[in-house]
Amino acid sequence: MPDILRGSRRQILKSGASALALTALGAPMINRAALGQSSFDWKRYTGTKLDVLLVKNPRSDLLQAHEKEFTALTGIEVSSEQVPEQQQRQKAMIEFTSGKPTFDVSMLALHVQKRLSKKGNWLEDLRPMIADASQTNPEFDFTDFNTAGLNYATQADGSLTTLPHFVDYWMVYYNKELFEQKGVAYPKTMDELVAAAQKLNDPAKGTYGFVSRGLKNANIPVWTSWLLGQGQETVTADGKLLTETPETVWAAEMYARLNKEFAPPGTIGFNWNECQTTFAQGRAAMWLDGIGFATPLEDPTKSKIVGKVGYGITPAGPKGYHSATFADGLGISRTSTKKGAAWYYAQFMANKKNQLAMMKAGAGAPGRTSALTNPEAKVGSKFGEQYFECLAGSAKIGRPGLPVIIPVTEFRDTFGVALTNLLSGGNAKAELAKATEAFKPILEKSEQG
Amino acid sequence: MTNTAARLPAPQVAKRPTTKDYTFSRHYWAFSLPGTLLIGAVIVFPWAFTLWMSLHDWKVGGDHAFVGFANYVRLASDTRFLESVGRTFWFTLLAVIIPIVLGIWAAMMFHRNFPFRGTLRTIFVMPMMATPVAVALVWTMMFHPQLGVLNYLLSLVGIPPQLWVYHPNTVIPTLVMVEVWHWTPLVMLIVLGGLAALPTDPYDSALIDGASGWQMFRFITWPLILPYVMIALVIRTIDSLKVFDTIAVISQGGPGTASETLNYFLYLQAFQFYNIGYASAVVVIFFIIIIALSLLLLYLRQRSKWM
Repeated sequence: MPDILRGSRRQILKSGASALALTALGAPMINRAALGQSSFDWKRYTGTKLDVLLVKNPRSDLLQAHEKEFTALTGIEVSSEQVPEQQQRQKAMIEFTSGKPTFDVSMLALHVQKRLSKKGNWLEDLRPMIADASQTNPEFDFTDFNTAGLNYATQADGSLTTLPHFVDYWMVYYNKELFEQKGVAYPKTMDELVAAAQKLNDPAKGTYGFVSRGLKNANIPVWTSWLLGQGQETVTADGKLLTETPETVWAAEMYARLNKEFAPPGTIGFNWNECQTTFAQGRAAMWLDGIGFATPLEDPTKSKIVGKVGYGITPAGPKGYHSATFADGLGISRTSTKKGAAWYYAQFMANKKNQLAMMKAGAGAPGRTSALTNPEAKVGSKFGEQYFECLAGSAKIGRPGLPVIIPVTEFRDTFGVALTNLLSGGNAKAELAKATEAFKPILEKSEQG
Repeated sequence: MTNTAARLPAPQVAKRPTTKDYTFSRHYWAFSLPGTLLIGAVIVFPWAFTLWMSLHDWKVGGDHAFVGFANYVRLASDTRFLESVGRTFWFTLLAVIIPIVLGIWAAMMFHRNFPFRGTLRTIFVMPMMATPVAVALVWTMMFHPQLGVLNYLLSLVGIPPQLWVYHPNTVIPTLVMVEVWHWTPLVMLIVLGGLAALPTDPYDSALIDGASGWQMFRFITWPLILPYVMIALVIRTIDSLKVFDTIAVISQGGPGTASETLNYFLYLQAFQFYNIGYASAVVVIFFIIIIALSLLLLYLRQRSKWM
C-alpha cells in the first residue's frame, strides 16, 4: 500500500488540500506559459485581408510557409508576393512615393532604405502598438531583439519603423586546413589578418591568402568593415561626410593591399558569388563577407571544403571592434487602413518560434537573441558550434556597414569606383578626395526639400 | 474600215475624280480614332512626357522643378556620360563588324554542298536561340579567372590564364566575344537567304570567262548580297547600341566603369539613382544617336540597291 494511504484521515485530507491549493495557484502560470498565445485576442481582425510585399529570398519562403498557421490563428487572410531584390526596392520606392501603396506590409532593406523611408514618411511607428497590451501578444518579448538589429530599425527621432527580423553580419570565413598546414592561428586584430594573408598566400599552388569583393558598389562593405576597425563610419549621425579622414584612407589602403597582394587575380571584378566560388573550391584562405552566404560552403555538391570552414568574428582594428551589419525589417505602410491586422502579421512572423525556424533552416541570421542562442537551433544543423558563436559574438558588436543616408546607392557607386581605381594603381587619398567632391553635392541635395 | 471606225463612238476618257465627287461624312473620321488614340498613347505621349521630364530636375520621391536645358548642359560636361558614349561606339563597332565578317564567311561556307551541312547549320544557329540572360550567366562562370573553363582550355595549349571581364582593358573585347558568339548566326541566316536567291547565270558566264573564285565573289556575289548585308548591319547596329542584359549580368558596367555603356549609364541614373529628369535627357540623346545612325544605314542600304 502506498505510504500516503497509510496515514491518518487528517493527514490524507491535508495532503489533498495542499495539492489542490498548489494546482489553483500554479495553473495560471502553467497555462500562460503553455497557452500564452490563447490569452491574447488573436481573432480581433478576423476577416481582414492583408497585402504583403516581400523580397525574393529563403526568408520570404519561410514567411509564406507560416501564412497558413497565421490565418488559422487570426482569421486574417494574407496575399503576399515575392519580388527580386532590386525590383522590390524600385516597386516599394514608386508605390510609397505615390502615397497609395498597394501593400499593407513591406519588407525593407534597412541598409538602403532606412533614411529614405523616414524622409518619405512611408511607415508607421511601431512603438505605440508594441506598448499597447491589447495589440501585442504578451509572449512577443520585444527586448529579445538584439542591439545590432534595433540600431538599424530605430530612426534618428527614436521611432521604430520596422521590426528587424533579419540581420546579416560581416565576418571572416577561413579555411582551417590551410591555416593548420601553415601553422597560422586565426587573427585577433586586423594587422594580424594582413600578416596571416601574407603567410597563407601561395599563388604557385593556386591558393591565395585572402579574397573579397572588388566590383564597384559591392566592394563598399569591405572598406567599411576595415573602417569600423578605426571606430569610424563614413557619414556622421548629422549627415557629414567622413570620407577623407586619415582613418578612411587607412581603411582604403588596407582594402587595396589585401586585394592587390594576397587575392587572386581579377578580384577587381569579383562580387560575392565569385568570392564564394573561389573560397568554396579551396583557393582562398580567408574570405570577408556576410554570414548569410555560409550555407553552400557546407554543401558537398557545391563545396570542396565541407567541414573545414572556420567562422571568425571580424578582427579588431586599431581603435574599434565591430562587425559591419546589414538588416531587413518588416514595416507597416503609414497609409494602410489595416494597421492593426498588419501589426498582427509582423509580430507573428517575427515571433520567437518563427525566428528560430529561420535559424534552423539556415535562411540567415534572425534578429532575436533567443534564436541565436537557442540550443535547439544547433540540433541537426550542418554548421558547427563555431558558426553559432560567430553569430552571437558578431551580434554583440554589430554596427551599420553602410551610411544611413538617402542616396546610399550613389554613395556605393561613387566610392565603389574610387576603391576600384585603387586596384588599378590609384592613390587612396586622391581617389577618396575626388569621390568626396563628387558625392558631397548629391548628399546635400538629398536632404533638401 | 475607216467607215467602221467612224461609226464607233469616241472613246471616253475616264474623268479623274476630285474631292468634290466624294461625299464625306464626319462619321468616317471615327474609324481612324482607335489607331490615332493608340499611337498617341503608346508613342506620342511617352515621348512628349520624356521630353518634358528631361527639362526638369526630377528625382523620384522628391520635388521637381523646371530647369530648361540644364540637364543637357550637365551631360555635355559629365565625364562619365561622355566616356560611356565613346565606349558604346567602340563596343558597337566591334560587335557589328566582327559578326558581319564572320556571318558572311559562314554563309558562304554553308551555301556549298558538303556532308552533314544541314546538321552543322542547325548547330551553328543554336546560340541565337538562347536567352541573352541565360547565355550571360553561363559565360560568367566560364570567365572566372581561376575556376573558369576558358582558362583551363587555354592552359591545355600553353597559353597563360586571362582575366577576361575581370580587367578594365579586356572587358569590352570579352563582352564583344559573347555578342559575336551569340549573333553571328543571325547574320549568317540573313546572308544565306540572300545567297539562296542569287541567279546562277552570272556564275556560269564568269566560269566560261575564266574568272577566279575571288573575282566571282568580288564582282558577282558581293554586289548581289549587299542589300542583305545592309539589313544585317542595321539590325546588328541597333541591337549593339542598346545592349544591356549581357553587360548587366556579366560585368555590371565594371570593373570600375570600364564596360559602362550608354544604356547601362541610363539604367543607373533612372533605376538605381532615380534621377528621372537627368535620365530622360540621356534617353533623348540616345534616341537621337540611334535615329541618326539608323537613317545613315538606311540611306546606305537604299544606295546599295542601285550598285
